[in-house]
Amino acid sequence: MTTMLEVSDLGHTYGSGDTAYTAISGLSFTVDTGELTCIVGPSGCGKSTLLRAIAGLHTPTSGTVRLKGETVAGVPEDLAVVFQDYSRSLFPWLTVRDNVEFPLRSRGVPAEDRARRAAEALEWVGLGKAGKKYPWQLSGGMQQRVSIARALACRPSLLLMDEPFASVDAQTRFELEDLLLRVRRELNATVLLVTHDIDESVYLGDRVLVLSKPPATVVAELPVDLPPVRDQITTRESDAFVSLRSEVARLLHGKEPAATPARGAAARAAGAVDQGGHVAESSTPKGQRTVTAPKNRRNGAGGKGRKKHMKTKKKRGVTVQRPR
Amino acid sequence: MSEQPRRRARGFLERWLVFAGAVVVWEIVTRISDSVFFPPPSKIAQFCAELWFVAEPTQLFLADTVYEDILPSLARALGGWLITAVVGISLGLALGRSRIAYEYLNPLVTFLRSVPPPALIPVFMVAFGIGTEMQIATIVFGALWPVLLNSVDGARSVDRVKTDTARSFRISRAEWIRMVVFPAALPKIFAGLRTSLAISLILMVMSELVSSNHGIGYRIQLSQNTFSFDTMWAWLVLLGALGYLLNNALLALERRMLGWQPKREAAPATAKAGG
Repeated sequence: MTTMLEVSDLGHTYGSGDTAYTAISGLSFTVDTGELTCIVGPSGCGKSTLLRAIAGLHTPTSGTVRLKGETVAGVPEDLAVVFQDYSRSLFPWLTVRDNVEFPLRSRGVPAEDRARRAAEALEWVGLGKAGKKYPWQLSGGMQQRVSIARALACRPSLLLMDEPFASVDAQTRFELEDLLLRVRRELNATVLLVTHDIDESVYLGDRVLVLSKPPATVVAELPVDLPPVRDQITTRESDAFVSLRSEVARLLHGKEPAATPARGAAARAAGAVDQGGHVAESSTPKGQRTVTAPKNRRNGAGGKGRKKHMKTKKKRGVTVQRPR
Repeated sequence: MSEQPRRRARGFLERWLVFAGAVVVWEIVTRISDSVFFPPPSKIAQFCAELWFVAEPTQLFLADTVYEDILPSLARALGGWLITAVVGISLGLALGRSRIAYEYLNPLVTFLRSVPPPALIPVFMVAFGIGTEMQIATIVFGALWPVLLNSVDGARSVDRVKTDTARSFRISRAEWIRMVVFPAALPKIFAGLRTSLAISLILMVMSELVSSNHGIGYRIQLSQNTFSFDTMWAWLVLLGALGYLLNNALLALERRMLGWQPKREAAPATAKAGG
């Protein structure tokens, strides 16, 4: 497998001086071609900052993003984004078809090809007949399908999705998740999806990256050992799913079992936090930061060492049976 | 479906009932008072017919004054308004999307638009002499601000998600202005254009009242000076009718161009389409 996206030591600080706020720092990971990677993190952890940096919408204050081996400076051509807020991301004055065709105009695709590709993309998301409607005439779920079609019509090497299903109801959300899985399988698309929903990250992903509270770093990288074809009911009730989601939840809330080396280091660093007991573990930002993002590890070990470390954790995550 | 024509007929009646009532009251009052300054509407209508229509097929049954006064006046008002639209929209969109340009130009704009345009007629008379140029200048100067300020507002209304979407899809600059900023600003632009159209008509008459040898304003002035009040009223009625027709034409254009906007009653009904 070739590497599609390589994020190395990415950091971003807003403002300067006393008001400076570091949203992400020392973030490194890779996404392979054809892989669906989910990034999950607590709300307000800098997921959007990360995504905007990858999409070239802003320049990170440190680190680099490489897409297909080329350093990203400005918005790369080979990338498409699906935003959470579909109602504002779609252009209300354009019909569904024109919305899907719109990005192709600026790419100099001739009118016939544009129409064909738009029709094809709408077919992929099951909206073949809605082309002449305006977005506001569609339900929320259908509108988000339009923006997925718009992204797919560009045939991007990398599809970025920023909490794409966070604004639709639970039922629609399941439908859209399955739609995404089907489409990426059919098109063999490379997808990087950001979410705050633990279940969603495990259900969709080939791999889940867990981020810490800000300044966000990658705390864990968990391969998802679930069958490629997933089912909303059977997959979600399988032991592998349940233990994986618990694992992700534990990492997110900083409740790692004390046995792991990471926990040992963190506990040493944290000191007083442990004495504070469970409350401190789950709620104070101070406690969480030390548990989830030990700085010494980032500086010393580098990406490779961490990856290895994650794998052992993942094994444990799958094998350990947890009482519900 | 048989409801449709009936409802339309009712709407028409409702719209014109008050107007017709007002005309009737006016007729009665003026007939009772019998003042030379306020002729009854029926008499005004008679004068209108005599003023503007002739039994001459070669000039389409329209009197000379239509070609010598009404059309030139209309051409000036509409010409000035069109210049206003082009300048106001393009400048407004540019200012609305550039914070720096807006901040530099804002005090100047606020200052200039505070000057009442009629006060500048003498200035334009000196600058352009008496004639069409000076009249157009007056109209443009007065009617520009509503279009300009509304365009600025409209261009600023493009939200962050749309900016990000357009950037992430590498939408070209031309497409961005033409297909995102302009349509987003269009509802506000139309509001500005309607105000500007009314101002254009006002300033057209104004500039002709002050200095002209033809045109609607000149005719009003002339008939007043020669004590032919019936004629004067006929011209006033014409101005009202022109304003009404032009505004309606603009509204029709607006409905066509803003057809994409969700209709208030229609939105919830179609939203249940599922998915």
